[in-house]
Amino acid sequence: MDIKINIETACKTFGDGNIIALQEVNLNIGSNEFVTFVGASGCGKSTLLRCIGGLETLSSGSINVDGAPISGPGVDRAMVFQHYSLYPWLTVIDNIKFTRLLQINREDITSADVETASGRADALLDLMGLNHVRDAYPNQLSGGMQQRVAIARALLPRPQILLMDEPFGALDAQTREVMHDMILHVSKLEKTTIVFVTHDVEEAIYLGQRVVVMAPRPGRIDSICPVNLPAQRNQDMKLSPEFMQQKKTILTRIRETAGMHTDLELLARMTRPAETNQ
Amino acid sequence: MSTDKTCQLLQRSVISGWNALWVIRGHLGHRVYLLFALTGMLLPLAAWWWLSGSGMMDKVFMPGPVDVLLRLYSWFNDDNLLGDMWISTYRVAAGFTLSAILAIPLGIMIGTYRPVQALLEPLTDFIRYMPAVAFIPLVMLWVGIDESSKIAIIFIGTFFQMVLMIAEDVRRVPITQIEAAQTMGATRSEIVSLVIIPSVKPALLDTLRITMGWAWTYLVVAELVAANSGLGYAILRAQRFMQTDKIFAGIILIGLIGLAIDQLFRWLHRKNFPWLYKK
Repeated sequence: MDIKINIETACKTFGDGNIIALQEVNLNIGSNEFVTFVGASGCGKSTLLRCIGGLETLSSGSINVDGAPISGPGVDRAMVFQHYSLYPWLTVIDNIKFTRLLQINREDITSADVETASGRADALLDLMGLNHVRDAYPNQLSGGMQQRVAIARALLPRPQILLMDEPFGALDAQTREVMHDMILHVSKLEKTTIVFVTHDVEEAIYLGQRVVVMAPRPGRIDSICPVNLPAQRNQDMKLSPEFMQQKKTILTRIRETAGMHTDLELLARMTRPAETNQ
Repeated sequence: MSTDKTCQLLQRSVISGWNALWVIRGHLGHRVYLLFALTGMLLPLAAWWWLSGSGMMDKVFMPGPVDVLLRLYSWFNDDNLLGDMWISTYRVAAGFTLSAILAIPLGIMIGTYRPVQALLEPLTDFIRYMPAVAFIPLVMLWVGIDESSKIAIIFIGTFFQMVLMIAEDVRRVPITQIEAAQTMGATRSEIVSLVIIPSVKPALLDTLRITMGWAWTYLVVAELVAANSGLGYAILRAQRFMQTDKIFAGIILIGLIGLAIDQLFRWLHRKNFPWLYKK
């Protein structure tokens, strides 16, 4: 396996160093791998993603892409946010072509490249099923459509890495299923390495080749679970015993690391006074 | 019996229609809206008319709408109404434009770059609390009593507020919009010109619309103290001659000009930012 992203003893602290968001995170992510991150809130999964994207800097340790340490955001690492990242004053097609707006100002880009990018924008529009809303504004679209635009925009400059921060968190269950198959298709087609953060364990297993479970206080990697499902996923697999078993294992692990219990005895004690009052 | 039933049905539908109007954040048809708006405008007018005509108040203190209209007519014919309107509008426009030209870039800088914020915002906050009116004697000493002194007072009254409001507008640009541009490889200047400025434009125009109202307030202040022309000056002089109808006329005129400018800003908003109005 070619190593695409190499994370070495990554540490990140906030405040005066007393909040440890990431503690000694070590991980290698392969080329064209689809890795998903889950964990209780505060486990640092989003922070880690933002560090890979260059939006946050590590307190110590390093993140390397293709063997070279990153310094700040770069066009090789595109990012898709949960929401509010589209530009409401631009139409769908102009949002997708936004990166072109940036590159056209740069001298090392020839007009031929711009032409290709233009053709690619149309291709992405097709791929995402956005042709009929090409000239609409983002606020005229549903949440699912808006996220497709965001993904198309991120893909336009052919990034090698796609970082996704709970991109489907705000969508309804049906739309999310459609988006899952779409993004799997994209990862195969574009050979993109995808790092995907979510709070939805089912989503993490369905999409990921590996699920990284993170734990909070301090934020760290708890365990890494390879997913034993056929490469070509379909929705029925979510009902298979293997899938259920893995979901159960991961959910239990998250619950344990979060320090939360659904203690039935405790619950019973809490409800008892109410019963006697009646 | 059937008429009885019809009556009942009619009554019920009227009641339910009336109830439907008061749905919280409900919808109001275009005609019904117009009806309510006209009532809201005409009711005070009628009350004024009745009060001035009832003899309960002295005509000298409470002129009626007709008196005001007549005065407006004679002001237009025998006096220089259009000249007064023109000079006042000119002063507001000049002071406001000067203020906007300086406040927009400054507000964008303060809202974008922390060092600029630290350098200028506390100072602006401090000056903002100084009453602009209190600067009038100083302005007259420094600038004199010509046009520039009125423009200077309008500038002082609007500029500092404008800077802070625009800085706040800029700070309200969603951070995700900026971060998205960063991850797409935008440079700092590209983020300012391609993300922050287009994103802030609608809020900025609203800020200008609101500060325009304040500019008119400071115009009247400036003209009451240091002028021999303009609507504010006409109002002051009318007081000396007990021409309450002219005071009324002047105030209403300023209100109408303000309303017209406000509508112009709203029209510009709809024209320039179509994405906000398409659903």
